Amino acid sequence: MSATYYTKTHEYLRFDGDTGTIGITDFAQAQLGDVVFVELPPVGKTLTHGTEAATVESVKAAAEVNAPVSGEVTAVNLDLAQSPGLVNEDPLGRGWFLRLKIFDRAELDALLDEEAYREFLKTIS
Amino acid sequence: MRYLPLNDEDRALMLARIGVKDIAELFADIPPDKRLEQALDLPCHKGEMEVERQFSALAAQNIAAGSVPFFIGAGAYRHHIPASVDLLIQRSEFLTSYTPYQPEISQGTLQALFEFQSEVAELTAMEIANASLYDGSTATVEAAAMARRITGRRKAIVSGGLHPHYAETLQTYAAMAGVDLLRLAPDVVATESLAERIDQETACVIVQSPDFFGHLRDHSKLAESCRAKGALLVAVFTEAVAFGLIEPPGTLGADIVAGEGQSIGNRLNFGGPYLGLFAARAQYLRQMPGRICGETLDRDGRRSFTLTLSTREQHIRREKATSNICTNSGLASLAFTIHLSLLGSAGLRRLARINHANAVDLAERLAAVPGVTILNKTFFNEFTLRIKGDASELVERMAEAGILAGVPVSRLLPGQGLEEFLLVASTEVNTDADRAAYAKTLQGVISC
Amino acid sequence: MLMPHGPSLEPAEPLVAEGKTFTGNRGLECEEGLIFEIGRIENTGVDLEEPPPFSERLGGLERKTPLRLPGLSEPEAVRHFVRLSRQNYAIDLGIYPLGSCTMKHNPRLNEAMARLPGLAEIHPLQPQSSVQGALELIAGLARWLAILTGMEAVAMAPRAGAHGEICGLMVIKAAMAARGEAQGRRIVLVPESAHGTNPASAAGVDFEVRSVPARADGILDPVAVKEGLGPDVAALMLTNPNTCGLFEKQIVEIADLVHAAGAYFYCDGANFNAILGKVRPGDLGVDAMHINLHKTFSTPHGGGGPGAGPVVLSGRLAPFAPVPFLRREKDQWRLVENLGEAPNSFGRIAAFHGQFGLFVRAYAYMLSHGGDGLRRAAEDAVLNANYVRAGLKDLMSEPFGDRSCMHEVLFDETWLKPFGLSALDFAKAMIDEGFHPMTVYFPLVVHGAMLIEPTETESKASLDLFIAALRDLALAVRRGETKRFEAAPKWAPRRRLDETRAARNPVLKWVNPAG
Repeated sequence: MSATYYTKTHEYLRFDGDTGTIGITDFAQAQLGDVVFVELPPVGKTLTHGTEAATVESVKAAAEVNAPVSGEVTAVNLDLAQSPGLVNEDPLGRGWFLRLKIFDRAELDALLDEEAYREFLKTIS
Repeated sequence: MRYLPLNDEDRALMLARIGVKDIAELFADIPPDKRLEQALDLPCHKGEMEVERQFSALAAQNIAAGSVPFFIGAGAYRHHIPASVDLLIQRSEFLTSYTPYQPEISQGTLQALFEFQSEVAELTAMEIANASLYDGSTATVEAAAMARRITGRRKAIVSGGLHPHYAETLQTYAAMAGVDLLRLAPDVVATESLAERIDQETACVIVQSPDFFGHLRDHSKLAESCRAKGALLVAVFTEAVAFGLIEPPGTLGADIVAGEGQSIGNRLNFGGPYLGLFAARAQYLRQMPGRICGETLDRDGRRSFTLTLSTREQHIRREKATSNICTNSGLASLAFTIHLSLLGSAGLRRLARINHANAVDLAERLAAVPGVTILNKTFFNEFTLRIKGDASELVERMAEAGILAGVPVSRLLPGQGLEEFLLVASTEVNTDADRAAYAKTLQGVISC
Repeated sequence: MLMPHGPSLEPAEPLVAEGKTFTGNRGLECEEGLIFEIGRIENTGVDLEEPPPFSERLGGLERKTPLRLPGLSEPEAVRHFVRLSRQNYAIDLGIYPLGSCTMKHNPRLNEAMARLPGLAEIHPLQPQSSVQGALELIAGLARWLAILTGMEAVAMAPRAGAHGEICGLMVIKAAMAARGEAQGRRIVLVPESAHGTNPASAAGVDFEVRSVPARADGILDPVAVKEGLGPDVAALMLTNPNTCGLFEKQIVEIADLVHAAGAYFYCDGANFNAILGKVRPGDLGVDAMHINLHKTFSTPHGGGGPGAGPVVLSGRLAPFAPVPFLRREKDQWRLVENLGEAPNSFGRIAAFHGQFGLFVRAYAYMLSHGGDGLRRAAEDAVLNANYVRAGLKDLMSEPFGDRSCMHEVLFDETWLKPFGLSALDFAKAMIDEGFHPMTVYFPLVVHGAMLIEPTETESKASLDLFIAALRDLALAVRRGETKRFEAAPKWAPRRRLDETRAARNPVLKWVNPAG
C-alpha cells in the first residue's frame, strides 16, 4: 500500500511498506523560490519526529525540514547536491530529500492526508 | 552648524507640513520625566580651525613612526604605502557607500571584493576566501568556531607561538561558549610538540607562522597528524607580506587560514581599523563566516558580482547563523587590494626580500652587541632578542634616546619570566642608518 | 518549515537591449575588466631596488608555490579603481535612505584628522609614554559617550556593532557568574523585530534565545516581556528607538520588570542617532548598549566597514569590562592591557585597543557638533523622517497606522500587492530614478517592509526631490504601469542579477581561463 501524508509545516511523507520518502510540498518550494542548496543527514542517523531532518536554502531564505515521524535514515537524494533545482521542478518526485525506516506507524495518524492538507492551505493563503 | 542643511525657515515649513506645532511633539513618546529639556553639559559646536587645533595638539603628544628609527612589529607592521592607495580609497563612491546590498548600483565595491578574495586565495594558496573580517584576532576566533561546526568537536589546541592577544581572545570566547581550549605555554624557541596532544575531541590545532617570536614554522607534518585524527589545522599569520617570500599556509596543509592583512595597504592607526583575512578549503564553504562575493550574470547576460550564500548569515539565520558578523573591513580590504594590485607578484616578492634582507642585516648588527643574543634560527622580518636585564626598561631608555626599539615580550606575556626578551621588526622603511643607529644606541644603553 | 518573507527572484530573462554600443560602455560609464585581465604577473607599479646579496634565514621555507598576482602600473591601477568607483552609488552622490543604517554625510575634516601622522602613524605597542595624546583622545571620546548616554563606563574594544553585542553579553555573563548564577540564567529575550545580529550574538556567547512577540502597534508589550522573564533569564536585548522607527514608550516599565526579575537590560544602540541629547539611555534603565560610531557619529561606511561599536556600561556592569581600559595615574594615561591587573574583567575580545582610526573621526564629529549640535542633529533627523512620512503617507501604506515616527519611517508593500508588485520591484525602480532604495524586507515582523531613514544631513530641497520622485512612482503603480517596475533597473550599471546562479554554482575568485 502507498499513501502520502502531509504536515502543517509543509513536509510530505510518502508511505511505502515500512519506509517513508520525505520531501517538501509544491506549496513550500513555491514559497521558497529557487532552491540553491539542500543539507541532508547521514544515512543511518536516527531522527525523532518534529526535529530537524534537513535544511533547504533558497537565495534569500533558509528553512528547516522536520521529520514528520521518527525513524532511521536509509537513503538520501544525492542528486540534490548537483541539482538542487529538482526540488522546484519536481518536489514530490525527483526532488525528494530522504527515506526513513519508520519506527512507529501509529505516528502517521497524527499527519494530514492529502485532502486535509489542501484544506489547510486554503486557510493560510 | 556646517553639517546641518536645514535652517529655521525650513524647519517651520516642515513642521507645518507634518502638522505638529513644534519639534517636541515628535519626541512625545519619550517619558516626560526622562526628557532632557536642554543641551547636556558638553562643549558647544566648533569650527574646523578649532577642531584642527585640538587634534594637532593631541597628535603632537605622540611619537609618530616616521619621525624616528622605528622597529616595532608584534602583529602590526609599518610599510610604505603608495600615495595612490589612500587617494583612491577616499573616492566618494568607495568611502561613502554602504554594504553592497543593491548590486546593480554597487558593482565597484563588489568587483573590488571579488578581486580581493582572488588575491587572498592566491597569496595564502587556499581555494576560497571571504570578503574580510574585523582583524586577525577575531578572524582566528571565527576559524576556531568554524572548525567546531565542521568537526562536531569542541576542543581547540593553541600553539604557544600564537600572538598572545589572539590567544587571550580565543580563551575569552571559549570560556564564554563553554568550549575547551588548551593554550600551550609561550614557545619562545619554537620547540613545542603539538601533534601528540591531538585527541578524538580535538576540533582544531591553531598555529602561527611566522610565529609571535618571529620563527618560521613548517606545519606540514602537523597537518598530517591533524588529518589522521580528524582534526583541522588552522594557520594564523600577522604579517601578510611574508608570503611573498615564504611558503603559504595552503601549501603547508592548512584547512582554514586566518590572518591580519593590515601590513598591506593599511596604516598602523594605533591598532585599528585592521583587516581580517580568512580563507579555507572549498569543501568548507557553507561553514565560512562573513560576507562572500560571487560572480554571476545580470538580465542582459553581462558579468556581474553580488554578495552570495547569505543564508549562512545572521540576517537570515539569526541564532543559527555561522557568525553574528555583518560588517567586514570593506575600506581596509580595498586598500589591501589596491596596494597588492600595484605590487603584483614581482613587487611583492621583491618587497618581501627587502624586508628579510633588512631584518637579517639588523639581526647581524645586534648580535654583535655584547650581551645580546638572537634567539631565532629562522625569521622573516621580525625576531626575538635576549638581553641581560629588563627589556621594558631597555625600550623606555631607547625611546628616550630617540629609537622605538621593539616590543618587550613581557608587555603581552607578563609574569612568565620573559622579561629579558624583546621583539624587533625591520621592514623596508628602515634605512641602513636607522639600523646602524639602533645597534650603536643599544650598545650604549646596555653598557651604561 | 518556516516560510520566508519576500518574493523569489524570477529567472533572468535577457531583454532586448536597444541601442547597444560596440564596447558595452555608455558614455561616461565604462565596462572594466578584472585586475587579473588587465595586469601582468611580471609587471609592478611599485619601484623597489633588489637588496644586495645576503644570507637568508628562511630554513628551507622559501616560497616555491606559484604566486600569480597581476601587477599594474600606477596609471593602470588608478584608472581601474576610478572606473570601478563610478559603478557605485554613494552618500556623496545623493540621499541614501537605508533604514536602520544611518547613512549621513561623512565630514571630510574627520578624514583629515585621522591622517595626521601623530594619529595615523603610531603603533599600538609603542611605549605608552610615547602615545599619551592618543590615550587622551580615547579617554575624551569615552567621556563624551558616557555623558551622552548617562552611563558609567565605556568598553572601547569592540570592532563593530555586532562585536559590541558580543562584548555586552559577555559582560552580562561575567556579572551573572560573579553572582553565582551563570548556570541558572541561560536565556536572552529578543523581540521578533530585532536585528538578526541580536539572536546570533546571543547564540555566539552560548545563551539561548527566547523570542518576544511585538504588539500590533509596533512596540514591545511589557506584558509579553513579563511572560518571557523568569529565573532562567540573563538579559533582554532591545533596540530603542526600535527597528520600526518607534520609541519604546514603555521602556522604563520594561526595564523595571527586567531588573526585578534579576536580569540585565541590553540596548541595541543602532538607532541612537534619533535621541542624542534628547534622552539618556542610562536614565531609562539600560545596563549596556553598543554605539555604532559608523552610524550615529558619521565614520564612513566604506562599502561595508570598518565599523566600531564601543559599549557603554552601567555602574553595575562596569567592573566586568574587557581589557584594555584606561586609568589615570600620576598625570599620565595608562592602558591596562593585562588580565592580571583586572581581576573582574571578563577578558579580551580582540587584539590591541579598538578602532582608533574611527575614534579620531567620531571625536572630530562630536567636537564639531558640540552638545548643542548633536541635539540639533537628532531633532533634524526626526524632523526629516516625519517630513518624508507626511509627503508619502497618502500613497503608501503604514503598517502601524497614521502616527509620527522617530528617525526613520516604515511603510510596507500592502499598497503594492493589488498591482502584483513587491517592495523589491519598487526599490529597483527607485534606482532608475537616481536614488538608492530604502531598506526592504526588514524588519521581518512587517511583511514587505520599506524602511526609510533620510538622516539630518539631507536638505529640504533634497527631501522634496526624493518625495516627488517616490510620489511619481507610486502614482505610476496606481495607474497600473507595472512593466516599468518589473523591468527595473534599466539605467543602472547592471540590471537585476541572477542570484540563483551565483548561489548554485559559486564562483568566488578569478580562474584563469588558460588554466
